[in-house]
Amino acid sequence: MKIILYIIKKEFKQIFRNKGMLPIIFILPILQLVILSNAATYEIKNITFGYVDLDNTKTSRGLIEKFEASNYFNISNRFSSEKEASNNLLKGAIDAYIYIPNYFERDLQKHKINSVGVYVDAIDGAAAGVINVYITQIIQNYSRTITADFIQVSDAVQKPNIVDSIPLFWYNQTLNYKTFMVPGILVLLVTMITLFLSGMNIVREKEIGTLEQINVTPIKKHQFIIGKLFPFWVIGMGLLTIGLILAKIIFNVPFVGNLVLLYGYTSVYILVVLGMGLFISNFTDTQQQAMFIAWFFIVIFILMSGLFTPIESMPQWAQWLTEFNPIRYFVEIIRMLMLKGSGFMDILPLALKTLAYAVVMNALAVWSYKKTI
Amino acid sequence: MKTQNVIQVEGLTKMFGDFTAVNAITFEVKKGEIFGFLGANGAGKTTAMKMLIGISSPTSGLAKVAGFDVYKETESIKKNIGYMSQKFALYDDLTVKENITFFGGIYGLSKKQINQKRSELVEELGLVDVTNSLVSSLPLGWKQKLAFSVSLIHNPKIVFLDEPTGGVDPITRRQFWEMIYNAAHKGTTIFVTTHYMDEAEYCDRVSIMVNGKIEALDTPKKLKEQYKTDSMNDVFLKLARG
Repeated sequence: MKIILYIIKKEFKQIFRNKGMLPIIFILPILQLVILSNAATYEIKNITFGYVDLDNTKTSRGLIEKFEASNYFNISNRFSSEKEASNNLLKGAIDAYIYIPNYFERDLQKHKINSVGVYVDAIDGAAAGVINVYITQIIQNYSRTITADFIQVSDAVQKPNIVDSIPLFWYNQTLNYKTFMVPGILVLLVTMITLFLSGMNIVREKEIGTLEQINVTPIKKHQFIIGKLFPFWVIGMGLLTIGLILAKIIFNVPFVGNLVLLYGYTSVYILVVLGMGLFISNFTDTQQQAMFIAWFFIVIFILMSGLFTPIESMPQWAQWLTEFNPIRYFVEIIRMLMLKGSGFMDILPLALKTLAYAVVMNALAVWSYKKTI
Repeated sequence: MKTQNVIQVEGLTKMFGDFTAVNAITFEVKKGEIFGFLGANGAGKTTAMKMLIGISSPTSGLAKVAGFDVYKETESIKKNIGYMSQKFALYDDLTVKENITFFGGIYGLSKKQINQKRSELVEELGLVDVTNSLVSSLPLGWKQKLAFSVSLIHNPKIVFLDEPTGGVDPITRRQFWEMIYNAAHKGTTIFVTTHYMDEAEYCDRVSIMVNGKIEALDTPKKLKEQYKTDSMNDVFLKLARG
């Protein structure tokens, strides 16, 4: 135990003495949290919008006004023909346009079916989907009010008989994407920093030759490894704390869950990451190699974590692969804890998997660490 | 007094694939002896030494260091030896004091012992003024002397020095050898490799390795007689050239 303390003391001294490393550990993650959380958005704003209005009546103009009133759409461009509109879409001058046919108002008054054409630039499929939903919503809302008006005017017997759905969004009621993204990005930062630092740390001692010196001392494998990794565990927890405070202050992300549970889970989770870092360290000879391998895994972990794309929409084999992705577990848990207020029993299955992962990973790391050459 | 063998090696061999780096070497080193381990670059000195200090497993043969087996008892060997590598192996980003404390600590010395050792050590080495300076700021010669002292911090029975004076100026080399003599006087066995033939003259006995084999082993005086020259340099050249 005493020996471990000597190593921990030495590691902390080296970390805090390294003036190049400190900003990387503490300032960069903060910058990333602030920048990424603001930039990584699903919200589509500033849609450049156009329309072709062949009807040119009060009703059709009313519809266009609805678009102009919306925050999501930029000032509409009016085109005289569908051909002109479609050319503009092709050039990328507009993101979407609607086509209002002749007799739009007349058909509505007569309760005849008429349709408005919606054309969306779908190169970015996800964005196109969102734009389509926005446009459809505006048109449906408008058609509902307008139909009601006509019914009164014409005093029709017939009443619109529509089954309507009223969405209620739980856990993130305002559909604020930052509430959704900030916890996830926090996970990335904690993971990246601890993986890179632990992965490069032991390999660095290999490079400068001090590891050989350590290996000829009677130090035990577990003493050395615990002493080496503990400081990074502390740094990981520190980053989580800084991140949570920023999430509250800058983004006002709610924290409805149990803070103790989050810290408890994170303390196990970081062990998984540190085990990986050590494992990488054991199989590489230079910091570059270690960095490259760590980076390779981090990119896969991030893209398959469910942070940016839902795991449910991945192909089956990919979903199966995500079982080996620690980031996936943490992203899910941090969202459950911060946004849903899940309790101990809710996170237990995932937490147990993480614990098993930590045990296996660290066993592998200790086993593969050799005091011989 | 010099009767007890602290290193005993018989037919020790290390193969890397088809290449025999160390070919069935046999020798013993007595307690308190300064044993010079010479050889050209690539002759297998470092490989042999790494087997003796327990970080490389031999392919075949027998060896006991401080009475412990190099196959099974490497951790016990490590408690009883000090090692100073070719590469400078203290931490550049720690101070003199912190390096001493760290290595004392991982050898399991008590706080009191560490403090005592440290003040002795910096006093002897004349490093009192720089105890709180980073090791990276010291000249190479000072670093080497410090590294040697640190390798002795736990009073090992044997200390292994792998080219300890490479790149060091003649005056510092002289001082370094005085330190080696001092340690040997106190009963520490010194196992040293070097490329400087004048240093070979300082050793009690030297072995000369050529292509993985020990081709000569005796006191410098007898070796010179045997090869009919008056310097170790010529002995080495005759052997190394075959």
